[in-house]
Amino acid sequence: MARPALFRIWRGNPEGGAFQDFKTEVDAGMVVLDAVHRIQAAQAPDLAVRWNCKAGKCGSCSAEINGMPRLMCMTRMGQLNLDMPVVIEPMHAFPLIRDLVTDVSWNFQVKKKIKKFKPRTPDAPDGTWRMRQADVDRVQEFRKCIECFLCQDVCHVLREHRKYDEFIGPRYFVYTAALEMHPLDTESRIAGLKNDHGVGYCNITTCCRQVCPESITITENAIIPLKERVVDEYFDPFRKLLRIIR
Amino acid sequence: MATPELLWKNGRFGQTSRRDAWWLPPASVLIGLSVFLVYANWAAWQNAHYTFGPYLSPFYSPELFGDSPHALFGPKPAWYPRFLPFSPALLILWIPGLFRLTCYYYRGAYYKAFWADPPACAVSEPRNVYLGERSLPLILQNSHRFFLRLSYPVWAFLAWDAIKSYRFSDGFGIGLGSLILTANVILLGGYVFGCHAFRHLIGGVYDRLAERPVRHKLYQCVSCLNGDHMKWAWSSLFSVGFADLYVRLCSMGIWTDWRIL
Repeated sequence: MARPALFRIWRGNPEGGAFQDFKTEVDAGMVVLDAVHRIQAAQAPDLAVRWNCKAGKCGSCSAEINGMPRLMCMTRMGQLNLDMPVVIEPMHAFPLIRDLVTDVSWNFQVKKKIKKFKPRTPDAPDGTWRMRQADVDRVQEFRKCIECFLCQDVCHVLREHRKYDEFIGPRYFVYTAALEMHPLDTESRIAGLKNDHGVGYCNITTCCRQVCPESITITENAIIPLKERVVDEYFDPFRKLLRIIR
Repeated sequence: MATPELLWKNGRFGQTSRRDAWWLPPASVLIGLSVFLVYANWAAWQNAHYTFGPYLSPFYSPELFGDSPHALFGPKPAWYPRFLPFSPALLILWIPGLFRLTCYYYRGAYYKAFWADPPACAVSEPRNVYLGERSLPLILQNSHRFFLRLSYPVWAFLAWDAIKSYRFSDGFGIGLGSLILTANVILLGGYVFGCHAFRHLIGGVYDRLAERPVRHKLYQCVSCLNGDHMKWAWSSLFSVGFADLYVRLCSMGIWTDWRIL
């Protein structure tokens, strides 16, 4: 059933900007991205918005809707209180390009700093490996990441404290966990996690897990296990002793 | 690598575009933990009314030294410094206390509730300086697994107390207190054995875990408990406080223990 709704959308560029109000009709089943497209088509053809698949799989339409980082294409209008203006802002943790579009290239620079996958020597003469399905399943969850960077946006270490040089953020802890826990991998990234990638900055707010559109259990399955591996290496003399004895 | 130039500046404390009651979860944690801390401290210093019949308050268990028949090594030893106040709870309560203090779930919860770091997701903080758990004092949170190891025997003693709570002076029986102490042990077990550090130590440390079938099975069980760690944490916190209150009020004659069998 169609009904009018008020959208308060951030318009601006790196120098500054302001919210602009748009009234439009919303229909049953619409998502926020549909409404933004309707506004773009009828009222603001110069409104910049990045999108691609409209199916929650490309991670392009990340924004902040009523203050929470979300994918515009996965936020149904029915989830929002339309008696109040729907506030749409670009992600706060990344430099603004225009309107709702941010420059997320910092993330791709971070990825380059993480040690690459280094498999053990092949298990079979034909150069192939053998892995147990259960071990593969454990890291498979991390491969669901669509790199929408909502977790990076909501993480207060980046968003509030701007530790861009010392902290790689939840997305790249997930990436590191996928490599570090891989049954074939032989590389160690523990020293890097502690010293350069700032896993110690994470204070387990679980905000990253709460905003993940792929429902990856970021905090419990990726970050905490990495923190525990750092503890194994640097803060647990008993375990170290046990390893020497063995 | 260049730090990105951001348009958005850190806002005032509490600034956010969020419309929901974001303050409600941290406020609930603040109230819940504060009430427990005040009660647990008061109860621990009492050194009285911590036993009733076969029941022993979980705050006082294991009772290493004390005046009750539950004491493992008899009354307060002569070597105990005179200037230090004595209560059997003070000798033991630091273990579960520090285990909970360094627990991954509680850390995330009390950083928000007591230190507003952050107050809630996507809500501005009151300060710009941030050290995280990288340097003192919070780097000490890495000691969580030590308190986990100390918590195993404490839990085992509580389990033994729960078994003993069915042994009344006239033989086997079931009192409401027996059921409360049993429920408490189950809830504490769910919390201790669903701990993130335990999950890591039992199997998470191995990349090829499936090659160790026993550890793999245990890891799956612990992961199952770990999925509801927050619920176990709160329910066991409530149960341990209530079990002490029940024993205390029965001992003071305010409540009467309901003997079911």
